[in-house]
Amino acid sequence: MIGFIFRRFLQAIVVVVGVMLIVFLLAHIIPGGAARAALGPRATKAQIAQFNHLNHYDQPLLKQFWLYIDGLVTSFNLGYSYHWNQGVTTVILARLPKTLVLVGIGTLLALIIAVPLGILQVVRRNRPIDYVLTSLSFVFYAMPVFLLGALLILYFSFDLHWFSSEAPQGATVGDILSQPRGLVLPVFTIAALTIASFSRYMRSSMMETLTEDYVRTARAKGAGPRRVLYVHALRNAVIPIITLLGLSLPAIVGGAIITESLFNYPGMGLLAYQAITNTDIPLLLGTTFFATLATIAGSLVADILYAVADPRIRYAK
Amino acid sequence: MPSNRDRDASGSPWSGRALAEEAVPGSAIPPSSSLVADALPPDGVMPLGGEAVSTGSLLRQIVSVFAENKLAVIGLVVIVGMVLFCFVGPFFYHTDQFNAQAALQNSTQNTGPAKGHPLGTDSSGFDILGRIMYGGRNSLIVGFAAAFAATLWGVLYGAVSGFFGGWVDAVMMRSVDVLLSIPQLFLLIVLAVIFKTSLGLLIIVIAFVSWLVPARLIRGETLTLRVREYVQAVKVMGGSRARIVLRHIIPNTVGTIVVNATFQVADAILLIAYLGFLGLGLPAPQTDWGSMLNTVVSDAGNGYWWKIYPVGAAIVLVVVAFNFVGDALRDALEVRLQRR
Repeated sequence: MIGFIFRRFLQAIVVVVGVMLIVFLLAHIIPGGAARAALGPRATKAQIAQFNHLNHYDQPLLKQFWLYIDGLVTSFNLGYSYHWNQGVTTVILARLPKTLVLVGIGTLLALIIAVPLGILQVVRRNRPIDYVLTSLSFVFYAMPVFLLGALLILYFSFDLHWFSSEAPQGATVGDILSQPRGLVLPVFTIAALTIASFSRYMRSSMMETLTEDYVRTARAKGAGPRRVLYVHALRNAVIPIITLLGLSLPAIVGGAIITESLFNYPGMGLLAYQAITNTDIPLLLGTTFFATLATIAGSLVADILYAVADPRIRYAK
Repeated sequence: MPSNRDRDASGSPWSGRALAEEAVPGSAIPPSSSLVADALPPDGVMPLGGEAVSTGSLLRQIVSVFAENKLAVIGLVVIVGMVLFCFVGPFFYHTDQFNAQAALQNSTQNTGPAKGHPLGTDSSGFDILGRIMYGGRNSLIVGFAAAFAATLWGVLYGAVSGFFGGWVDAVMMRSVDVLLSIPQLFLLIVLAVIFKTSLGLLIIVIAFVSWLVPARLIRGETLTLRVREYVQAVKVMGGSRARIVLRHIIPNTVGTIVVNATFQVADAILLIAYLGFLGLGLPAPQTDWGSMLNTVVSDAGNGYWWKIYPVGAAIVLVVVAFNFVGDALRDALEVRLQRR
């Protein structure tokens, strides 16, 4: 087990270094250079030269990459946001916890809804409810998050006045959690993103488990249909969902940009959206880096959980 | 969600098992055999008069399985209908979609459905029905072109990586892993901000974030194909590596390619919608379906429902249709399922 975790951890570190390289390269492919992007089209040659010198842009590329990695590892330096007039890391760290809360609650809610839905579809397979849920999952799967969010706002906020269309504001995570009325719609929007695919996956995973030999054995020894379903089959059917969760994380974190900008939720996604409108490229790359770190950490945890749940993984090469 | 990377291995979230195989290398589930490799005789080396299944009847078989699936036929009809609507429709329904001032003189802003404007007008006075055609044209062009480019590059990359194996494969696939770990939407946005968007750049940028999944899929298939006897035979006969990859390996992965490409179109249409919503779509007065929903929340607040539902429905319809077709194609191409 320790060996598995260690190997998996090493893999994650290699990926993180690769991501650093890509983020570094992205900062260098800006047409006209980073200096033009930061100082505007009317900057003088001297200003640009000074900017390039200060940011080591006049050094060889390899040296720059080394300086970049060095700054990132020793002081978590991701550059400077010209819009916020602060270090990128500082700006992001203030908002990251709120995004993690939103994404965390949303994902949890998605699981809580999707797993029973999938089971329901198996129990009632090829009956009307199964068809209705299947069609719904197709529609939800095809619906852009912003459209779904806008429709939720339209019905549940503007028409019914049940929930606020404006996400909770405030400096800390505690402030956010103390205003559940504003949190409902953003959380549900994030969750809806994955409910469709999770429940669909749960359905097929359960169906497949039910064809396994051990399930037939359980039936043969006289276990009732409920016992077979919930005790014997469910446990094995739900394990692959952990992997699916790990694989879905990039999509969920990416969806935070849309959800947060839609509801004006003060997290990292909104920050990325504002960075788009301000063409604040260092900040945009910083949020990308953090979002990637979050997904890598998430899938690492998912893989370890998988190994805990399914011993076959641990011992395989 | 945009990136649907949960489709990773199987090409679709709707099919279960392949995903676990790809994601968990040590999984105890045996790898599924490739989709058509079992049935399609490899190019040129088919034993004469041997196999009972000829290519013609297989194709007919595939078409008939596909046609049996009602959802797939509906999907196909929707796609064809939407393409006609967007590309041919403007010839019958003339609207000005470029000159905002002229549009304003002939109509008013944000008016609901009325005579002359069956779906109302938008904030620039453009007719919405005409705009859905025009925006849809751009969305569909980007969707098809980006999916095509991503599939082409992904297939070549995956086949080369799988065929060479060893450290070449390791380096090539670790780079794919790295790019896949970056949330697709973030990567897409960064690229779209750096390269100011135009139709051509939009296609390239979307293709750039979409080729990773086909690359992985084809690499996996190539790994199983390259040790087959017929590939050995080509080697013995002195076939070059390029010939083996291009003429003998890639043609045998065509089932996976086609199925994945179908889902790629759906995903690309969603991705361009996301970019449009974030204000990174085509610059006005050009438009696409996502850009038309750019102000969706304030439109909802103002009660301009005609600016939301028709274009929203168009996106959902087309994406659902492509998913239907993709699912049916997979079923039709999966030989094992044909005898079910």
